[in-house]
Amino acid sequence: MPIQYYIYLALSLFSIGVVGVLTRRNAIIIFMCIELMLNATNLLLVAFSKMHHAIALASNAATQVGIEGQLFVFFIMVVAAAEVSVGLAIIVMMYRNTHSVDINFLNRLKN
Amino acid sequence: MNAIILSALCGVVMMFSGILLNKSAIKYVAIASLLVLIIGNLLQFYSVYTINIDSKGLLSFDRTGLFFNTIIFIATLVYFILSGSDIERVGPDVAEYFALIFFVLCGVTILTSFNGLLMFFIGIEILSIPLYILTGSDKRNLKSNEASLKYFLMGSFSTGILLMGITLIYGATGSFGLQSTGVKSAVTGFSSAGILAPVGLILLFISMCFKVSAAPFHFWAPDVYDGAPSVFTSFMATIVKAAGFFAFIKLFAAKSADFGPGQAWTLILYVIIVLTLFIGNITAVFQQSVKRMLAYSSIAQAGFMLFALYSTNDFTKDGILLYTAAYSFATIGIFSILTKMEDYSLEGYNGLSKSQPVLAFTNTVFFLSLSGIPLTAGFFAKYYMLASAIKGGGSLSLVIIAVLFAAVSVYYYFKVIQAMYFKEGVAATNTPITGGFKLGLIVLAAIIIILGIFPTALLNYYYF
Repeated sequence: MPIQYYIYLALSLFSIGVVGVLTRRNAIIIFMCIELMLNATNLLLVAFSKMHHAIALASNAATQVGIEGQLFVFFIMVVAAAEVSVGLAIIVMMYRNTHSVDINFLNRLKN
Repeated sequence: MNAIILSALCGVVMMFSGILLNKSAIKYVAIASLLVLIIGNLLQFYSVYTINIDSKGLLSFDRTGLFFNTIIFIATLVYFILSGSDIERVGPDVAEYFALIFFVLCGVTILTSFNGLLMFFIGIEILSIPLYILTGSDKRNLKSNEASLKYFLMGSFSTGILLMGITLIYGATGSFGLQSTGVKSAVTGFSSAGILAPVGLILLFISMCFKVSAAPFHFWAPDVYDGAPSVFTSFMATIVKAAGFFAFIKLFAAKSADFGPGQAWTLILYVIIVLTLFIGNITAVFQQSVKRMLAYSSIAQAGFMLFALYSTNDFTKDGILLYTAAYSFATIGIFSILTKMEDYSLEGYNGLSKSQPVLAFTNTVFFLSLSGIPLTAGFFAKYYMLASAIKGGGSLSLVIIAVLFAAVSVYYYFKVIQAMYFKEGVAATNTPITGGFKLGLIVLAAIIIILGIFPTALLNYYYF
């Protein structure tokens, strides 16, 4: 499949994530939108990795070009997991104190 | 490599010391571990390799990075000595706070030595994730909760943008390497392939502006700095911010050429610097709380540090090293006094010179240094930054604007000095001030004045 389909798919998923972060008011949903952004990136990285590998394969049958893209995906997954554990703990801590996960609560700090 | 391994190990040691030792001993273990870390880093700086691991080109160690590590570690040492007892008062998990600080330092050391976008990303995350926890460490306090949630959401949002930037650059060039030595492998069969790399760079730039709180991406910073426990605000506003800047400069010194013609790059930076200086300084004027004023002032100082991005020459390297030292030392000193105060508003400082003359005097020195008055380290820090812009053939109007805003900053810094010396009142402290704390402050103020008279004292270590 041509690469542009992957680029369009990943960019639209990413944009859905960005719009979700900017418009939704529920902390959990914002959090899910951020995960969506990260996973859109993963998808695109794998697609690019495969593409670079296919290009290099044409000239050299034993090439390892493109492997670093897939390696990066594993790092992103691990880091995202670490972020989830910290982030959910923070949201639970907020829920214990306020019994709400609404982000409008954040406006109180301004004054 | 020494510093990366040792700082992670120190974090583990701190966690164990939380189980094995009683609460009052933990601070001393932290200071001892930090000394080991400084020695390990200096050994590598003088080319004694104790731990040597082949990182296959993912990390590269140069003198600038190692020297920057040393400055950061010494600033952390000062921070531990002055504010260690305040960290103990935040909550019951003292050992964990110190452990998290060491993990942040591990992130800093990776950020000073990355040689590709992969290690850059890992460094940024190791730096950020412990900070989310530290910000929310005052668990019962609603403001601390809000600050940590806000910091976490903004931080991971900007991480998402950062990753998309890295991915697009990878797609366009086929490598995660820092050097932009041509395109290894190009996108095929995609008509707008040419815009992938510039868009990726812009996303990378936006996300780094988020991380170092440069306008117009600064809006999270005042709330987070205000809501976090004051001791950790001190750490975030100095050491973490300086490390973020170092990574920013290291990254874009190599990558800014990919922006296309140099005109576009300097224009973007020009706008961002002016906006950051304007918003930081003008908003700081209207703050009643000293803590919030310092949050805005840290945005304003970020504007000056951005000069190191604007022009890259010899002055810039010296400038960013000196600025890190001057800014970190002064701000750590100011925050260590702030955490001792009962009331964080300007009125809370009224008459401090009568009740605590030593605190008032050293606080004055720190504020003078932040505003860049001659004979303090802050003057030469600002001087080097502006000199680098002029020497690099940059726009003179930018330098003039920066000097004008430095004059504005004098107004709000001096409001605190005025409150301490010329207003009647009883400035109350929340804990008794010990002699050791006063001695630490005097030594720190002396270092700042010595750096202000002989800035080369610091830079000589860098070159020899």
